[in-house]
Amino acid sequence: MSLQFDIGTTGDMAGDVAAIHLVGRIDREAGAVLDQAYAAVAADSASPLVLDFADVDYINSTGIALIVGLLAKARSTKRPLRAVGLTAHYRHIFEITRLSDFIEIVEPAPAEPAPTS
Amino acid sequence: MTDTLQAEAESDGADVTGTAARSRGKPARAERRQAQAAAKIAAVAAKHSSRRGDPESVAKAAVIDVQIDPGDPLLLFLQSAPGPVEIGALPTYSPAVARMREQGVQVVVPFITSGELVGLLALGPRLSERTYSRDDRRLLDSLARYAAPALRLGQLMRVQEGEARERERIEQELHIAQLIQQQFLPSELPELRGWHLAAFYRPARTIGGDFYDLIALADGQVMVIVGDVTDKGVPAALVMASTYALLRSAADLSNSPGEVLRRVNELLIPQIPMNMFVTCLVLVIDLDTGRTRFANAGHNLPYVRRGGEVVQLQARGMPLGLMPGSVYDEHEAVIEPGDIVLLYSDGITEQHSVSGEMFGFGRTAALVAEAASGDDLVDRSVLALGSFSAGVDQEDDITLVTLHRGASGGQRDTVAFSVPSEPGNERDVMDRVAAVVEGLLPKARLDALKTAVSETAMNAIEHGNRGDATLEVSVSIRRTAEAVTVEIGDYGRGMQRGADIPDIDLKLAGLQTPRGWGLFLVEHLTDRAEEFTEGDRHIVRLVMHTGPEIHNSTEPTVKPSTEGAQP
Repeated sequence: MSLQFDIGTTGDMAGDVAAIHLVGRIDREAGAVLDQAYAAVAADSASPLVLDFADVDYINSTGIALIVGLLAKARSTKRPLRAVGLTAHYRHIFEITRLSDFIEIVEPAPAEPAPTS
Repeated sequence: MTDTLQAEAESDGADVTGTAARSRGKPARAERRQAQAAAKIAAVAAKHSSRRGDPESVAKAAVIDVQIDPGDPLLLFLQSAPGPVEIGALPTYSPAVARMREQGVQVVVPFITSGELVGLLALGPRLSERTYSRDDRRLLDSLARYAAPALRLGQLMRVQEGEARERERIEQELHIAQLIQQQFLPSELPELRGWHLAAFYRPARTIGGDFYDLIALADGQVMVIVGDVTDKGVPAALVMASTYALLRSAADLSNSPGEVLRRVNELLIPQIPMNMFVTCLVLVIDLDTGRTRFANAGHNLPYVRRGGEVVQLQARGMPLGLMPGSVYDEHEAVIEPGDIVLLYSDGITEQHSVSGEMFGFGRTAALVAEAASGDDLVDRSVLALGSFSAGVDQEDDITLVTLHRGASGGQRDTVAFSVPSEPGNERDVMDRVAAVVEGLLPKARLDALKTAVSETAMNAIEHGNRGDATLEVSVSIRRTAEAVTVEIGDYGRGMQRGADIPDIDLKLAGLQTPRGWGLFLVEHLTDRAEEFTEGDRHIVRLVMHTGPEIHNSTEPTVKPSTEGAQP
């Protein structure tokens, strides 16, 4: 399934923070949806933003590039990013690409669906 | 005086003069420079002007066309001329001066830069029919001073462009030679009942002198050959091609390793250049009994891993192409079930580290001792050699061939399919590969392979086949007890190796594009990834071992190579 999203909030020690719940695949077709999702939460640009990957079943190298682009946008407004719901496989990819140096990975992850299309 | 001058560069003179110079033998450097200088003569003489500033008179201006021989004394004279020179002051014994006189030249202006004559300007009479004044000469002198360095620069650029074209031509020819040479190496190995073969071949240059071959003999036995031509590059590759053909031809006539080597030696001696020779090892294996007859022409002795021990198969003989009448003793051994044999060239044992230490036989034998399988031995050897020689160039061609006699028949099978080059089909390839190898890999390693397969297939669709849906991406999956091997083929020219290694710091700083992660992921998620060509197809091979992970994630393993497939 191509990427979809919904916006919500999630609990944080300092209160609720904005969260983008992503559903589907993050690949070449996901660029516009990711931009749209980020624009929808951009009003409060300094508070942390949570990316929820629990229902993402596929991320490829183009998807990694889109996440790097999103990270660059967030950093330009000093907005911290967090990732929840990453499977062990994608946590590994975040680590080898060093995305995890810039995006806090919140564990434990929920269910770990295999990367099927 | 602008009414009297109109100059244009002569573009063809260089070739004409250059050819003349070469036809007299190899000219000295100074002569070549003079030839180049001579070639740059260009001038327009206004021979018959009627009126100052008359456009028609300018149009009638005649080009003076004088080719100057590199040995013409005029060049030496002008080398030390202080500025513009009247035709009457030039040496009359110069053939070029005589030709200039015939064409009405009145003044010659040498172009000198850094003490070197790089060209000259020959002028006919002024359009105004007056003689050249002192001011004219001063202006011409200034013109020459400014124009000479620019002319020299242009000449150098032309030489560099020519050299670049020549380099490109040579590279293209080497690429074709590489394709031809790859046809010599087995792309598919014959079916070996209960035996498993793996091979690795990487020349030190584009083409190499190592070779290996596997020949199914008429009596059901299999002949395995490894060889190494002295030297490397083009000369070695030519001798390799010749030796390969002679070995194939000899194998048709005899199934005796010693006799094959004897025949090839006799045939090779009249062909091979002085100071070159070929080391070669020939084994003939009875697959059912493991009985192996072998003979050696100066090649490295093979290692055999038997239980916990490592032994060498002993056989000696003169390298091929050195001595007529050489005889090659035949030896015999039995390769037992479970044994692993390593055949190798000295490219591995004689590779040096950055500190000057040689890899040596000890390290090679240790790798054999630790091997779990033939594939495993190849992988560990390539990784070990890579880390040992980090920071230094590969010194010689490297060939590794392993034979593993399976303890229980060595079950294996292959599944192949293809998909059109349409966006999104990489996920189809990923899912089908996952279905084929399900249960062979732990989940984490299966997920890693799936991402690597998806990335490789996407690259094949988008770049290799340029999204042309009429071109198919081929996929082949081999399953053995030791490893899963996936080969993905397209019709492109291979991965873009000039690209930057992705660095997230640079990407976030806007100094790298956010993209470019595909090859990086493939390298870091598989145990081994390599690319090679087979005919008109470019193939990426991904290997994941079913046992413990051996991939070194700090050292990517994707390397262009030519490797024979497992049977």
